Amino acid sequence: MPGDVKVVERPIGQGSYVRAAAKGMGITLKHMLNPRKKTQQYPDEKWELAPRVRGTHRMAVHEDGRSKCVACGLCPTVCPVNCIKLVPAEDENGERYAAIYEIDEFRCIFCGYCQEVCPVEAIHLGVHYENSEYSRERWVYDLERLCEQEHPVTALWDPSDPASE
Amino acid sequence: MTPVMGGAFAVATIIKVVVAFTVLLLVVAITTVVERKVAAFIQDRSGPNRVGPWGLLQFAADGLKNIIKEETMPAGAVRPFFLLAPALAILPGTILFAVIPFASPLPTRWGLVEMIVADAPIGILYLLAIGSLGVYGVALGGWASGSKYALLGGLRGAAQMISYEVTLALSLIPLILLAGDVRVPEIVSMQQTFTAGPPTYAVWFLFPLLVGSFLFFVSGLAETNRLPFDLPEAEAELVTGYHTEYSAMKFSMFMIGEFAHVVTTAALVTVFFLGGWDIPFWGGDNIRVLSDGTVIGDPTWWKTILTLGAFSLKTATVVVVFIWIRWTLPRFRYDQLMDLGWKFMLEAVTAYILVMAGAILGIEAAGIEVGPLYAVILLGVNVVLAFLLLYVLDRGTIVRGAAHGRRYEARMAAVRVGSADPRAESGR
Repeated sequence: MPGDVKVVERPIGQGSYVRAAAKGMGITLKHMLNPRKKTQQYPDEKWELAPRVRGTHRMAVHEDGRSKCVACGLCPTVCPVNCIKLVPAEDENGERYAAIYEIDEFRCIFCGYCQEVCPVEAIHLGVHYENSEYSRERWVYDLERLCEQEHPVTALWDPSDPASE
Repeated sequence: MTPVMGGAFAVATIIKVVVAFTVLLLVVAITTVVERKVAAFIQDRSGPNRVGPWGLLQFAADGLKNIIKEETMPAGAVRPFFLLAPALAILPGTILFAVIPFASPLPTRWGLVEMIVADAPIGILYLLAIGSLGVYGVALGGWASGSKYALLGGLRGAAQMISYEVTLALSLIPLILLAGDVRVPEIVSMQQTFTAGPPTYAVWFLFPLLVGSFLFFVSGLAETNRLPFDLPEAEAELVTGYHTEYSAMKFSMFMIGEFAHVVTTAALVTVFFLGGWDIPFWGGDNIRVLSDGTVIGDPTWWKTILTLGAFSLKTATVVVVFIWIRWTLPRFRYDQLMDLGWKFMLEAVTAYILVMAGAILGIEAAGIEVGPLYAVILLGVNVVLAFLLLYVLDRGTIVRGAAHGRRYEARMAAVRVGSADPRAESGR
């Protein structure tokens, strides 16, 4: 209803453009001369990340370099966006291991369910966010690449310390 | 020492042309970086700081990028004019610089070389004639693009530049009255030695022509299409207006043209109102070359360098003020722009010419010689006029729109008689 549009009556008859402009120039001058700038010089100076930031995945490994994954199949099941591909296999001792373990980091929503559900604390999210690749294929991390990640792993929520203090 | 003659004059002129325009284009390039730096500082950011020290080589990176980028040509464009417009945009801003003296004359083995590319006897007239050519690049670029936004931008640009051209030209008339000459170096030396006798008082025309310099500066802003007069570009309404359809280096040429115009206008403000290359409180730089070749004063090479520094410093200051204004003031609405141009500035400048002519006539009739007293009287007159202009006339005049008066009065009348709905009168 156009009749209900609020019309603001500005006191134009008394308003001064020059005075308002001079005031604005003063404000901008103050900011121009202020040496403290807000820009973060990103590649030189990085964010301090909280321990619970959920970023790039990382696979925990045994001392001999094998992945800790036992191919139980919980993480592909719990994953809400189906970004984990797991093909299990058994070795000569009858132990299960992941023959193929791939995470599509492009599709991942970094919910952290895979880390929470993992019974052997093998797959983790990491405190790390700088991912960039030249092709989409490179975003699919295979097991070897997940094991090679070196950034700190994400801390899980601790019920006894709910605010992480 | 006499000014250079004959073949040496030709060689000196060629060298001056090459050096002056190379330096001008370099300064224009650096101005683009300065613009971004000042804009960033005003907004509490750091600005470009990756290429070169303090990001000063950013213009080289930008230029390289623009040369490599793809040139596009809209299907509806008129090819010859589409190609011509960027050249026309860059031309006036740069060749205006030809009549601007940028330092005191340089003594060489072959004679005295004046630090001005072309000492035209018609200086100011040349400036006004060439300055108004700037509208062709804008209008032609907008029309030849075959795009409605570009066309609107071009038309707005043409209307705006022609409107403010009038004020720009008229605001220089009191200057010509005071200086008594349209030769630009003569205006500078007039400011250096504002006296009839031997003692020298530098009186920058900013002071005796305070209001005139303000009007010139404001019309200069409008002429260069800078905020608050950047209606031809108007990103929000016209998606950058007349150069919407331009890409790569052709777009860059429009930008260079705009910045060249800014630098040249700043140089003009310097020359006309800030004493040109005059160094204040020092008589040693009062060097004057009369049109018959007589040299007054003692030119040396280090004075040339010092005065060049003074000129550069003043011009840079005015450029920074231009940028500072751009990042402070909001854009005028189109009707406000036209109102300000035709209903405010034109009347103000016409009245100013009459008052200043009367004042100069009165002072000379009273027998006061050209000198400090003369300047102080004119300054007094100007302070009164500035008060009238900025305080009395400003009250509601500048920000009011063309259709505003009638509508506002009707609405207020309705409020006064206690009408049920004052909005009914306003047509909403």
